[in-house]
Amino acid sequence: MLAELLQFLVSGLTVGAVYALVALGFTLIYNASDVVNFAQGEFVMLGGMVTVFAFAAGVPLPLAAALAIAVAVIVGLLLHRLAIEPARGASAVTLIIITIGASIFLRGIAQIVFDKRFHQLPAFSGADPILVAGAAILPQSFWVLGGALIVFAGLFLFLERTLLGKAVLATAANRLAARLVGVDTSFVLALSFGLSAAIGAFAGILITPITLTSFDVGTLLALKGFAAAMLGGMGSPLGAVIGGLLLGLLESFAAGTLSSAYKDAVAFIVILGVLFVMPQGLFGRRSVERV
Amino acid sequence: MDAKAEPLPVAAAPPRFRLNARWTTLLVLAAVIATIPWFFPSGFYFRVAALVWVTALAAVGLQILMGQAGQVSLGHAGFVGIGAYATALGPRYLGLDVLLCLPLGAAVAAAVAFLVGRPILRLKGHYLAVATLGFGMLVAMVLGNEVWLTGGPDGINVQRPEILGWRIRGGETWYWITGAILLVGVWIALNLQDSPSGRALAALHDSEVAARTVGIDVARHKLRAFVISAVYAAVAGGLLALLNGRASPDFAGFLASVEYVTMVVIGGLASVPGAVAGAALLVLLPQVLTVFHDYEHAVLGLLIMLFMIFLRAGIVPGLAALLRRRS
Repeated sequence: MLAELLQFLVSGLTVGAVYALVALGFTLIYNASDVVNFAQGEFVMLGGMVTVFAFAAGVPLPLAAALAIAVAVIVGLLLHRLAIEPARGASAVTLIIITIGASIFLRGIAQIVFDKRFHQLPAFSGADPILVAGAAILPQSFWVLGGALIVFAGLFLFLERTLLGKAVLATAANRLAARLVGVDTSFVLALSFGLSAAIGAFAGILITPITLTSFDVGTLLALKGFAAAMLGGMGSPLGAVIGGLLLGLLESFAAGTLSSAYKDAVAFIVILGVLFVMPQGLFGRRSVERV
Repeated sequence: MDAKAEPLPVAAAPPRFRLNARWTTLLVLAAVIATIPWFFPSGFYFRVAALVWVTALAAVGLQILMGQAGQVSLGHAGFVGIGAYATALGPRYLGLDVLLCLPLGAAVAAAVAFLVGRPILRLKGHYLAVATLGFGMLVAMVLGNEVWLTGGPDGINVQRPEILGWRIRGGETWYWITGAILLVGVWIALNLQDSPSGRALAALHDSEVAARTVGIDVARHKLRAFVISAVYAAVAGGLLALLNGRASPDFAGFLASVEYVTMVVIGGLASVPGAVAGAALLVLLPQVLTVFHDYEHAVLGLLIMLFMIFLRAGIVPGLAALLRRRS
C-alpha cells in the first residue's frame, strides 16, 4: 500500500513538474503582456523533437539539448516579433486566436521538417528503475524533478535578486508605471517570450525519455499547463508551480485509484471545485472591477 | 489595470441604420444561399456548403454568448456533442423518430447549460475559459469512454431521417434544409441583439457592475445567453450527425471548441454575419488547402495569424470599415 502511494506520488510529481514548467511559461508571458499564449505547448514539442533529431544525427546529447533550447528561444522571439508585436493593442481574444494560429502553424511546420511518428530519447542515466521502499522509480524522474527544481529556484532568484528580474515584476504589476520609472517594457516582453520558450523546451527535453514525443504533443500540454496556471491563479509564478504539481498528483492518484480513462475528468472536476470556492485560483490576486 | 481580462468589444451598430442593417443582413444571406448552387460544378459542393451552414449555426450561437454577452466558452463543442448523440441514441434507446431527437437534443443541452451555467458563469475571463474547457472535455470523455452507450471513440451510426415515408437524403436536400435553418438562426440572433435582452447583454458586456446598478439581473441574463447558445450548438450538432450519418466524440473535442471560438473571433466578435463568415472560412479553407498537401496546417495557421493581425476586429467589421473609408 505504501509502495503504491509512493509510486503514484513520484509519477504524479514527475508529470506535475512538466505541467508546472508549462504553466510557468504561461505566467511569464501573461504577466508581461496579458497574452495567454496557447503556442506554449509547441515550445515543449520543439524541445523534444529538435533534441531527438539532433541526437539521431550524431550530436552529443547535451549539445543537442542546448541546440533545441536555442531553436525554441529563436521561435519564441520570432513569435513575439512577427505575430504579437504587430497586433499590439488588439483585444485579448484576438491575441489568443493569434497564438492558436501560431500553434497550428508551428505544428504544421514540425510535421514537415520532422515527421509524424513518435520518437524517444534514451534516458539520461540508465532506464533501470530504482527500487525505493517497494516503489519502482525511473532515474529519469529524478532528472525531471531536479531539472524543474533548478528552473524554479533559478527563476525565483532571477525575479527577486536581480535588477532585470525586478523590472519583469514591475512590468507585471503595472506596465505604465514600470515604463514611467524607466523600465524598457518592450525588452521585458521579448525577454519573457524567450525565457518561457526556453523553459518549455527544457521541459520537453526532460520528459521525452519517459513519455515519447511527436509533432502534436503540444496541444494537450498547453491545455494542461493552462489549467494548472488557472488552478494556481493566473499571474502568480508560485501558483503556477503549485497548480502544476497538484494537477499532476491529481491525475496520477485518480488514474491509480479510480479510473485511468477518467483521470483528466477527475483533475478538471477538482479544478472546477476550487474555482467555485476561490474564483481567482489558489494564489491569484483578487481583482475588483472599477466603473 | 486591475481586471486582467479585457472586456471583449461590444456589439454595436449605428442606431439609425439598425432596422435596415438587420434586414439587409438577412436578405444578403438568403440571396447567397439561393444563388450559389448555380456555381456548383458538382453535387459534392452541396454537401460542403451544407456543412458550412450547420457549422455557421453553432458559430452564430456562440457569437451570442461571446460577442453579445462577452463570456468566453472553450467548451462549446460539448453542446454540439450532446445534440449529435441525441440523434444517435434517441432512436436506439427511446424508440424516438430521429427528427424528434433534434428538439430533444436541444432540450437536453438547454437543461445541462442551465445546471452548469449557474456556477460556471460566476467566473470571469480566463477562469471562465478554463471552467468551460473542463466541461467540454468531460462531455468528450464520457462520449469516448462509455463504449456500452455511445460506441466509444469510433463513433456511432445515425439513422437516415424520414418524413411521411420520404427519406431525406442527398447533398442538395440537406443544403436547402440547413440553409433555411441557418437563416432562421441568424434572424433570431439579430432580433435578440436588438431586443431589451440584447441591450442588457451589451451593457453587462461593457461593465457588470454598471449594468447591475441600472437594475439588470446580470446572472440571469448571462445564464440565458449561455442556454440559448447551447441550444444553437445542440441543433447544429444534431444536424451535423444527420448530415454525416454518424456522430463521434471528436464533435465535442477541445479542438472543435477552439475552432468555433476561432470562427467567431476571425469573422468579427461583434457581428452575427461575422460568425457565418468565420465558419465559412474555417470549413472551406481546409478543403481548399488540401492542394498544399503536407503544408496544409502550416498555411492554415499562417492565414489565421495574418487575418487576426491585419483585420483585428474580424473579417466582417474589418471589411466594412475598409469600405466605409473608401467611400
